[in-house]
Amino acid sequence: MELGFGAEYDAFRQEVRDFIAAHWPPADGNLKSRDNVRAFVEAAIGRGYMHRSIPRRFGGSEQQPDIGKAEVIREELSRARAPSDRIPGNGLVVPTLLEWGTEEQKQRFIAPTLRGDIIWAQGFSEPGAGSDLAALRTRAELSPDGSKWIVNGQKIWTTGAHFATHMFLLVRSEPDAPKHAGISYLLIDIRQPGVTVRPLVQMTRQKEFNEVFFDNAETPADMLVGERGKGWNVTRSTLKHERSGIAAMTWPLSMFRDLVKLAKEVERDGQSAIKDVRVREELAAIEGELLSIVYSTYRSVSLDVHGQEGETFTTMRKLYMTELAGRMGKLARDILEDDFTDMGGARLKWIERFMISLSMSIAGGTSNIQRNIIAERVLGLPRDRVQGAGA
Amino acid sequence: MNFLLSDEQLALVDTVKALLRDKCDPVRLHKVFDVEGEARFDAELWAALCEMRIPAIMVPQAHGGMALELIDLAIVAEALGHAAAPVPFLGHALAALAIALGGSDEQQAKWLPRLASGEVLGTVAFGEGKSAWLPGEWQLSAEGGLSGVKTLVPNAAEADLIVVGVSEGLALVEKGTGYTCARVDSADRTRPVDTVTFEGAAAELLPQGKDVASRLTDAAAALIAADAFGGAERCVQMSVDYAKLREQYGQPIAAFQGLRYQLVKMALGTEPARGLYWFAAHAWDALPDKAPHAAAQAKAHLTETYLQVTRDTVEAHGGIGFTWEHDTHIYMKRAMLDWAWLGSPSRHRQRAADLAGW
Repeated sequence: MELGFGAEYDAFRQEVRDFIAAHWPPADGNLKSRDNVRAFVEAAIGRGYMHRSIPRRFGGSEQQPDIGKAEVIREELSRARAPSDRIPGNGLVVPTLLEWGTEEQKQRFIAPTLRGDIIWAQGFSEPGAGSDLAALRTRAELSPDGSKWIVNGQKIWTTGAHFATHMFLLVRSEPDAPKHAGISYLLIDIRQPGVTVRPLVQMTRQKEFNEVFFDNAETPADMLVGERGKGWNVTRSTLKHERSGIAAMTWPLSMFRDLVKLAKEVERDGQSAIKDVRVREELAAIEGELLSIVYSTYRSVSLDVHGQEGETFTTMRKLYMTELAGRMGKLARDILEDDFTDMGGARLKWIERFMISLSMSIAGGTSNIQRNIIAERVLGLPRDRVQGAGA
Repeated sequence: MNFLLSDEQLALVDTVKALLRDKCDPVRLHKVFDVEGEARFDAELWAALCEMRIPAIMVPQAHGGMALELIDLAIVAEALGHAAAPVPFLGHALAALAIALGGSDEQQAKWLPRLASGEVLGTVAFGEGKSAWLPGEWQLSAEGGLSGVKTLVPNAAEADLIVVGVSEGLALVEKGTGYTCARVDSADRTRPVDTVTFEGAAAELLPQGKDVASRLTDAAAALIAADAFGGAERCVQMSVDYAKLREQYGQPIAAFQGLRYQLVKMALGTEPARGLYWFAAHAWDALPDKAPHAAAQAKAHLTETYLQVTRDTVEAHGGIGFTWEHDTHIYMKRAMLDWAWLGSPSRHRQRAADLAGW
């Protein structure tokens, strides 16, 4: 066990700090400019600070896994509020392609995805296929000459489809095969006449997700990822390795930092809310859960790097973070008190967060589906006969 | 950097667990728990642990110890918690640590070899009632003979010496020098505690006692947290095993989603919290700036989790889980002491908030 940042890491930290100071904020002061963000990310990849687990030939920086360095980078980027290496759109496609894609697919898609030139949406859920994802009905048929797939059907809750260029989606390609065996994983350009994107308005008033309609949309035959009818297996490839582990801690840590700031700013009974015993205690309790995430992540990554068994946190992480986000949202509510309903006021962000924490319990596998998966894969309980969560 | 136990540490845990399987099975545990009269520890098991040199773990080599770290002691504490082992480990290990950290050469030479071998039994007296547990809160003074009351002192009646937290730091008090012990009718009969009344007892200060007192209580918090993790993990496992075995409506109850979700909640509370005690111990060993906060967080979070998990365990077992003959109540009562000893989760959270500068 060695979690100290020794002299070696002090030097590395200084190096990262110097790099950030030289590149961020950008010279023109425009923090929102996509060009500025892109330039920063590219420079950071060049230095080996970002996309560390992705091979150089696909646009990553291909570094040896090192929790210490990953932590130093995360901390320093966060401190400077500099851009992270979060992939614009749905980045889940990258590890999927690394594991399952053809060499040509990797060459063609990974680097532009990291740069943000290609932005992906995930086409999984359908009106009749939510938690029971394998019930999906969007069809894909190979054209008579075998050159392309013809896609017909509808996807829903498709985050970011209105700004995405491409979609990775699950389709029913083998209509006669059993439920799970009839599914294929396809890549498709959604900027084409056969695809219609219609935004949905969510309870926060934001428009983040969409309905997507396919009407004889086309994609070349070689845009199949994995084998025909094996798409279910492809979707099960999980985020692994250093990047996902350490990077996944970023948002809960930054939400917590904002929450502490809120508690210091808001005044009640003539003093800062953070001096209120109930607020202090709940903040500390939340911090205990947050630290549990941090240390579990260190352990997961360490087990992975050293090829040891016994890792279970990755399976629990989503549910744990969802519940924690809800708990943070509720403490923000208790701090805001009278301002809690004012969506036109300065605290809108927290009201949105209070609601958005709920979307986490739905998107990407509901919390109840997560519970089913944990019951089977972590606790080893017998498979649920009806829905077979881990099918 | 890595956050893993070494091969040596894994081997240490395996050895302790093997001993506990052999000498601390549930039948024996119940027998010790149900002993007539005042609660007592399992002398045979403790002798076997001493034979294994468990009390020597953090004692310097010069005094017959193994000179290992708090993380090594903590993983043993987890194993003991897992088995709800009825042994005087906590007080003894902390007494040895106190002398190793703050004792004079003479005090170390006199006590450490015998503490390391288990020839004498030590304990620590921190609590003074009304939730005063920590160095800044100690009112008793060693000046001119130690007088006053210490509460929830582990195995004081059996101990040969007590390291007492006093306003001057830490003081050594030997058996037979002017104190009386009254065994508390404590829920946790695996780790008996006494109310100790000092009446002008001869107390010898540890020269560095003032400086190391907080280090000692931080170590205590980490060890309690480790015990809590071990016990909670055992309860989750016990509940999962039972759900697979017990049949109702013609199928194992593990098939029912309601119960499955309860079991998931227990596992979700427990498994990710392991790192809190690991980090508290590791910080104590290697990252002293972070140790007090880490200790407070580990103690608060894990002891609260443990108590809740034991409640959930009763629910998962149904009627049998509420009986005296089942193991669950032994764990719940152990969780109760872990929760209360050294201060409640709420107090440690307040402390963590202070330490964070909020």
